Amino acid sequence: MAERVLMKGNEAIAEAAIRAGCRHYFGYPITPQTEIAAYMAKKMPKIGGVFLQAESEIASINMVYGAAAAGVRVMTSSSSPGISLKAEGLSYIAGSDVPALVVNVQRGGPGLGGIQPSQSDYFQATKGGGHGDYKMIVLAPASVQEMASLTIKGFNLADKYLMTSMILADGTIGQMMEPITFEDAEIENYDKPWALTGTNCERAHNIVNSLYLKPDELEMKNIERFERYKLIEEREAMWEEYMMEDAEFCVVAFGIAARVAKNAVVAARNEGIKVGLIRPITLWPFPKDALLAAADQVKGFISVELNMGQMIEDIRLYTQSKKPVGLCNRCGGMIPEPDEILESIRNAQKGVF
Amino acid sequence: MKTTQILIAGFGGQGILFAGKFLAYKGLTEELQVSWLPSYGPEMRGGTANCNVILSDTPVGSPIITQPDVLIAMNLPSLQKYVDTVVSGGQIYVDSALIDEKVAREDVEVFYIPATQIAKSEGIATLANMIMIGHLLENNPQLSFDGTEEVVKKLVPPAKAALVELNLKALTLGKEYK
Amino acid sequence: MAVVFKKPNALADIPLHYCPGCPHGIIHRLVAEVMDELGIEGKAIGVAPVGCAVMAYDYFACDMIEAAHGRAPAVATGIKRSRPENIVFTYQGDGDLASIGMAETVHAAARNENITVIFVNNAIYGMTGGQMAPTSLPGQVTQTSPYGRDVNHCGWPIKVSEMLSTLDGPEYIARVAANNVKNINQAKKAIKKAFQNQIDGKGFSLVEVVSACPTNWGMTPQKALEWVESDMLPYYPIGVYKDRTAAKEAEQK
Repeated sequence: MAERVLMKGNEAIAEAAIRAGCRHYFGYPITPQTEIAAYMAKKMPKIGGVFLQAESEIASINMVYGAAAAGVRVMTSSSSPGISLKAEGLSYIAGSDVPALVVNVQRGGPGLGGIQPSQSDYFQATKGGGHGDYKMIVLAPASVQEMASLTIKGFNLADKYLMTSMILADGTIGQMMEPITFEDAEIENYDKPWALTGTNCERAHNIVNSLYLKPDELEMKNIERFERYKLIEEREAMWEEYMMEDAEFCVVAFGIAARVAKNAVVAARNEGIKVGLIRPITLWPFPKDALLAAADQVKGFISVELNMGQMIEDIRLYTQSKKPVGLCNRCGGMIPEPDEILESIRNAQKGVF
Repeated sequence: MKTTQILIAGFGGQGILFAGKFLAYKGLTEELQVSWLPSYGPEMRGGTANCNVILSDTPVGSPIITQPDVLIAMNLPSLQKYVDTVVSGGQIYVDSALIDEKVAREDVEVFYIPATQIAKSEGIATLANMIMIGHLLENNPQLSFDGTEEVVKKLVPPAKAALVELNLKALTLGKEYK
Repeated sequence: MAVVFKKPNALADIPLHYCPGCPHGIIHRLVAEVMDELGIEGKAIGVAPVGCAVMAYDYFACDMIEAAHGRAPAVATGIKRSRPENIVFTYQGDGDLASIGMAETVHAAARNENITVIFVNNAIYGMTGGQMAPTSLPGQVTQTSPYGRDVNHCGWPIKVSEMLSTLDGPEYIARVAANNVKNINQAKKAIKKAFQNQIDGKGFSLVEVVSACPTNWGMTPQKALEWVESDMLPYYPIGVYKDRTAAKEAEQK
């Protein structure tokens, strides 16, 4: 078995990216994710890779766009305000169908907000953020080990479906250390006949582009893209279920919120309350089948989030509002204590959501 | 072992995060489940620093400690802030060189070590943190002093090899303090 | 029969969409001729801007990418850093390069990014219908400066070549014009040098081509070319503003 090493979540992302074959990183400093850039700055020159600190978030995402179009595995990382700046590039990358990995180690917002952990970019990540009809694959790690494994998975999915994979982490998972093991990364290789490599005067020129001035062409492009999205929704949803077998209540939480919620679920079980946890690992595609199935089993849901209630809308949507959905939340960088979640579970048992 | 939640708190610059890292690495070498969570951001620069370390036989749930089994307090504000959060039956380690106050609670075990003063008089002024850790390892039933040398060697970068001996000295001073 | 004139290979066989009398066609041709002469079409990757030249990705026969407004130098950086063996160029207008993309321009130059930038300065936003550009002249009437550019209200034009040549980074900065045969021949030489510099690994080379926009200036093509000579070139003088290699050689002599 591979050796267990202690690593910060942010460093685990960087190391995993390198192991996944990423040799190009473009970024801009922002707390709480700067360890990723620092790690890349140290490692890339030694392995023939490229680390470049761009003049802005906007420039860095456009460097990613260029490198992705050139056919290499490429990534950038930032935190909430920086992701807003990258939104333009994310839209172009989506519209041009090129693969990239983008990390958002979230902090509180809106505006400059704060630097403590948050999940308030759920809407931005899962519903768009940039302009136009598009999706990103959104992966939500809840441990340092998952920071690594989902980074590798994210690169593979991006290449497979020609789109952006976003790691939606938070300051806690980014800053904490846990032991992880790096098994050999399973790198999936996909041909990139569309990449800008130079024609060698042997083939017609490749054009990477998101401009379609004829509306029927643009409509067709969007429809094709959404057919791909549909496949992803059918195939790629990931989630974890915990103590759901006999559950009468279901806590739904992702990332660090799910870690805290797990403690509360254990505490509630000790009080005899039959409660379980569904932890979406992919936020898009949302694990809607799991939620819908749970809706026929439990008496109600509690969404635990570090924001004012964003994922709760998807829970209501995908459970078709069959059962009540309560919200247990903190925001601005605050994290609920297990006792706060426990109280919500007790209330749910009393029928209060 | 029983899941042990250790909260280390003090000023930035006292080696709070390093002390936590030592415990985390020790857990790692003992094949335990481990989490290490630092406070981060501007508060680190000259302000308060704290560090959450959880050691366990089973997977760690939340890495955020709200009710520590052990509190190591290296300044008065930290003691005042966290003293009431320690679980009943838990332990509090107080750097009595920097904290005059006594802990009023009777349901916890309290250890007073003038770590900063010992460190100064031994010529290792920056290692009061490791004196506290040495005392913790000796006096906490869930932890042990075994294997500290290996962990220190793992943690100190080769360029600073001279620090290995000094860290071990600090740990031993803490262990032997009565 | 001797061929005396033909379409350069690096120019695709597609009708250009530019207005009658627009020099973009000439400048495209110059770039394509240079690619042919240097034999780099098969290695070239071009970055199209947002602006009148937005569909340059159809016109050049090499691999092409369409960048967001102003971001072409960043996109080119990403490509060049991924494929250093390829020849990467951007083709940008004044709104794209000197307004919304100024940061990308300056920093690519400061990094001495080994790319070639063709900067077409016609002192107006063409594609959106003739708004004031960062390079519109004082007093110039545009759709958004209907009473003439008032420098007290909206500031002064930016002289990109002069400004960039103050940086230590870039290898080569030159301004040329596309308004008469002599200047066009000179422009081609500068463009060729800008590509040769990249081939030689010398770094960031930008050629500012002072151009005309008859449609949005509200002039005949002939009158517009005269206006380039009478009004634009005095404000934007032709010349080599920076040539690090030449300067070094001169110093050694």
